[in-house]
Amino acid sequence: MTTATMDEPAPGTAARPPREPRPGLTSTIRRSWDRHWYAWAMVAPVVIVLAVLVFYPLGYGTYLSLTNANETNVAKDIGPVHIGASYHWVGLHNYWQVLSGKDGDFYPRLEWTIVWTVCCVAITYAIGLAMAMLLNRKVRFRLFYRLCLILPWAVPAFIGVFAWRLMLNSQYGVFNDIITSFGLPAQDWLGTPLSQKIAVIMVNIWVGVPFMMVALLGGLQSIPGELYEAAEMDGASPWQRFANVTVPGLRPVTSTVVLLSTVWTFNMFAIIYLLLGNNTTGDTDILVTYAYEKAFTGVSDYSGAATYGIVILLILVAFSTFYRRQLKSEQA
Amino acid sequence: MTATTHRGRNERSRGASIALHAALITASAIAVFPVLWILFISLGPSTSWQQPHEVLKHLGLGNYRFVLLHTSFPKWFLNSVIVAGATTVLGVLISASAGYAISRMKFPGHKSLMWTFLVTQMFPMAVLIVPLYNLLAQLDLIDTYLGLVLVYCTIAVPFCAWMLKGYFDTIPRDIDEAGRVDGLTPFGTFWRLIVPLARPGLAVTAFYSFLTAWGEVAYAAQFMGRDHSTLAAGIRTFASDQRADWGSMTAASVLIAIPATIVFLLVQRHLVTGLTAGGTKG
Repeated sequence: MTTATMDEPAPGTAARPPREPRPGLTSTIRRSWDRHWYAWAMVAPVVIVLAVLVFYPLGYGTYLSLTNANETNVAKDIGPVHIGASYHWVGLHNYWQVLSGKDGDFYPRLEWTIVWTVCCVAITYAIGLAMAMLLNRKVRFRLFYRLCLILPWAVPAFIGVFAWRLMLNSQYGVFNDIITSFGLPAQDWLGTPLSQKIAVIMVNIWVGVPFMMVALLGGLQSIPGELYEAAEMDGASPWQRFANVTVPGLRPVTSTVVLLSTVWTFNMFAIIYLLLGNNTTGDTDILVTYAYEKAFTGVSDYSGAATYGIVILLILVAFSTFYRRQLKSEQA
Repeated sequence: MTATTHRGRNERSRGASIALHAALITASAIAVFPVLWILFISLGPSTSWQQPHEVLKHLGLGNYRFVLLHTSFPKWFLNSVIVAGATTVLGVLISASAGYAISRMKFPGHKSLMWTFLVTQMFPMAVLIVPLYNLLAQLDLIDTYLGLVLVYCTIAVPFCAWMLKGYFDTIPRDIDEAGRVDGLTPFGTFWRLIVPLARPGLAVTAFYSFLTAWGEVAYAAQFMGRDHSTLAAGIRTFASDQRADWGSMTAASVLIAIPATIVFLLVQRHLVTGLTAGGTKG
């Protein structure tokens, strides 16, 4: 009996003697309130904050996506004169424009967003796992290595990105000096679209590895050592131990971090925006940065940006629903 | 994987040891280099980013002196401390109580709440800015600390609550029962017994909330006026289009990174345990 809610009998048993008539809606609600008010009170602050500051704007954004609102026709004050909003309802027109490919930008941006997400998550996961496995061994200076490797996480992202921006500068940046000393050709990293893409992926991996590494390190430590010993007794090679003990043992952690980092990377606004600023041709824009530019550059296209936002959200909800269902069917 | 089968898992040949250390040193160097590079540049003259080779000959704290004495940096710093501190305290408190309720009490809606937390992570924040700005303006919260703190809570809390729920799941329920037997209310049990036990989990969530608030740029730049500007939004003025003062920018970056690194050093012992519990049970 851990909670107030559990002190009372479950519904439909002793609480309701058979001769009593079926309770009406109000009494069901009251009964439910009596049983659960404590739990609800404890989650209420979170729910209220999220409802007001996330779901209300989301609803408003959804509404905007069904109109033709832009900078010229929303309500505004010019000096003392208030000009009312003059945008109007256009139904699903915006969505049709986007999804039919008529606006010409959606599918190229979506394609790059997917490439970006898959590259970042896969490489970050691989490096994070490798680092976690190295750190999980008995090795001298382990604490020192761990602190160094987590450092990119501790430094605010905009500072990390700024450091990379200095390093990648084509004229003065130290990055070209370093790679030419390894015999690789120097690049104008923040200049051409392809090298910009490589640069943003690289920086995002640099920022993302520590989280992956720490989560996977914890996962590795939770795998019982006896499993490895047993595998060794059976003559399993290191590779077999990795494939048959480590990988299955990490599955719960893996499924969570892959899902989370996919969602985060898909919506990663700061790194692309801060690293490249305005000197892009638009080729490196993922859906989120493209939507942001729609809303804040030139004649602000609020409805277009809102439409992109809703489409991004739907893509991610569809992906995670599918992903979790897939996981469940694998476990079963 | 470098261990050979006949040698056993915990012993390594000399070559394997060297390879292991080489790999770790390389990775650490890559991880640390950009941060050290900024530190290095900041110690030179204000144009040193263009002549990194000259820095060693002109070492000095000129950039720091300029940033601390001749810019609004101290004011931004104070603003950031207030906002990040309040976000951390508020965020951890409300996500812990929500996480506890979800972990221990079976109430209608507790499953959908977990799903909601995940979905909140998917909202493209860049797109929410416009509606959020209008909303805050209606509530009179534009250019106030409270407004920004609440906005940051919407970013930090879902993840924190999700993680803490996982952490609370690892604490035995017997402890709650003991508390109930001693006559504590559910909230009393949570506050007096569970919170002290959940320190690693709370440390990680505090770290995450603090960093979210300390390093966020987009909202801070849009919502806060000149007087309430936080560090992340403020130092952008060093790099305006007319005059890019990279020297001040590097010095300010180092100064901003220091508190974050201190918080990190305080909680790093708990990071692995705290995060795993959340990750595996999430």
